[in-house]
Amino acid sequence: MTNSIIKLENIHYKYHHSVALSDVSLEVKQGEFWALIGPNGSGKSTLLKIILGLLKPTEGAIQLFGGPIDSFKEQQRIGYVSQKSNAFTTKFPATVLEVVKSGLTSKKGLFTRFTKEDEQRALDALHVVKMSDYHGESIGNLSGGQQQRVFIARALVGKPELLIMDEPTVGIDRQNVESFYSMLSELNRDYGIAILLVTHEIDLVTQLATHVACLNRTIHFHGVHADYEKMSEAELSGWYGHPIRRVHQKETELIK
Amino acid sequence: MIEAIFTYEFLQNAVWSGLIIGMIAPMLGLFIVVRRMAMISDALSHVALAGIAGSLYLSQQVVLFATLNPVYLGMGAAVIGSLLIERLRRVYRSFEELAIPIILSAGIGFGAIFISLAKGFGTDLVGYLFGSVSAVSRQDLYIVILIAVIVIIFLYFLYKELFSLAFDPEYAKVSGINERVIQASFMVITALVIGASMRIVGILLVSSLMTLPVAAAIQVAKSYKGALVYSVIFGEVAVIIGLISAYYLDIAPGGTIVVTSVMILLLVLFGKKIRA
Repeated sequence: MTNSIIKLENIHYKYHHSVALSDVSLEVKQGEFWALIGPNGSGKSTLLKIILGLLKPTEGAIQLFGGPIDSFKEQQRIGYVSQKSNAFTTKFPATVLEVVKSGLTSKKGLFTRFTKEDEQRALDALHVVKMSDYHGESIGNLSGGQQQRVFIARALVGKPELLIMDEPTVGIDRQNVESFYSMLSELNRDYGIAILLVTHEIDLVTQLATHVACLNRTIHFHGVHADYEKMSEAELSGWYGHPIRRVHQKETELIK
Repeated sequence: MIEAIFTYEFLQNAVWSGLIIGMIAPMLGLFIVVRRMAMISDALSHVALAGIAGSLYLSQQVVLFATLNPVYLGMGAAVIGSLLIERLRRVYRSFEELAIPIILSAGIGFGAIFISLAKGFGTDLVGYLFGSVSAVSRQDLYIVILIAVIVIIFLYFLYKELFSLAFDPEYAKVSGINERVIQASFMVITALVIGASMRIVGILLVSSLMTLPVAAAIQVAKSYKGALVYSVIFGEVAVIIGLISAYYLDIAPGGTIVVTSVMILLLVLFGKKIRA
């Protein structure tokens, strides 16, 4: 039986008096690649924050790796990549290697120092995201796409079983976005890392993801990619909130 | 001056304190600057002023306080101020920066009250405001050494947590780092360093020694470790040149140290522009 990594049961979240999430249930299992899609203000980032423990749901239960979130203490099993624009000040004086090593901070625990082995692990993580040559570079000197690869390496260095990403490609050009997503697909396929990705790039991601969840305050669809493909334009438009047209282009699908 | 250092204890105290402060103030300053909290050191130094003024006033009124080193109350006030800032930052979650002016104003307010009550403190207070070469006692030096040891142990063992929190606080929190405890401890340590530094640099200028060497360092450093090393080098150069000129010109060392720091920053910016 495949292990459950995230299990959300009837999650509700109210912000002041407005409903941000209503009755959201979803399960992510080992090795799955989930794309969480939805229009602006649909509650995608709120849902991620709830899963990450940054927000508490008004109602509902969350299980991480088979146990309730309140008693979950193994944060190193989760790698997190936030929106690039929120992540850091571009003038921050830090090398790529320093940033990646910081992904081990929690795993190492308090009152310990990084060792040579930790440095090697950081270099190995950079190798996975094809950024080894940049380990001594200042993080601010890299392009947006390269920086996001470094943040993926930081998330990977602790060898997580789940990667959670909140619109990681905001501000990155189209070409780099494509290679970024192919890399994610490789990580999922070759290393068996489960991925939960919030994105606006529906066209690219829904092709690569094994599962798709459509959220607009509540879950309108969740299931395997093939079933998502069967949804009609009318159904897509219905939950998205405005008319959607599928455009097939070089094996990728665009939603406009 | 070298000969005088070997002759006079007060000069030895000033030089050693200056060199130690020149190292620990910019070291902490780097973590403060990159987290965009530079104003915190200003707020805490003004709270320390209230403590110093309170101690000087009480020394006129209560016999028990007559022999107490005012640095202790200054430091104590700064520590309380640091914890209050942390508390207020959580009360005003959406306007975190409000905590700083609130505490800064409270510090100045209490300071002004104590100074008025005592009808001024003359040269004593001026020494605390702008630093003094001659006023650093052996006891002050011991306090500085003790605090330096605490700071170095703190930074040595919590370096990676402080880096993570500085670089990406949200990520640090998600990855399980106890932000509250580390942040509160950092604030207390900062308050202690401000308390220890005020004898030599002065309350009004102590925050400059925490920020100016760092401002120059982040212009030239590529790595965080590099920024830490450059900050300390610039801090030490400023202290050495500042103390020598204060001694020969017979002026407050706080002013000369800070002006030297400004010169270093300008030189670094100018050098960077030429190279670009």
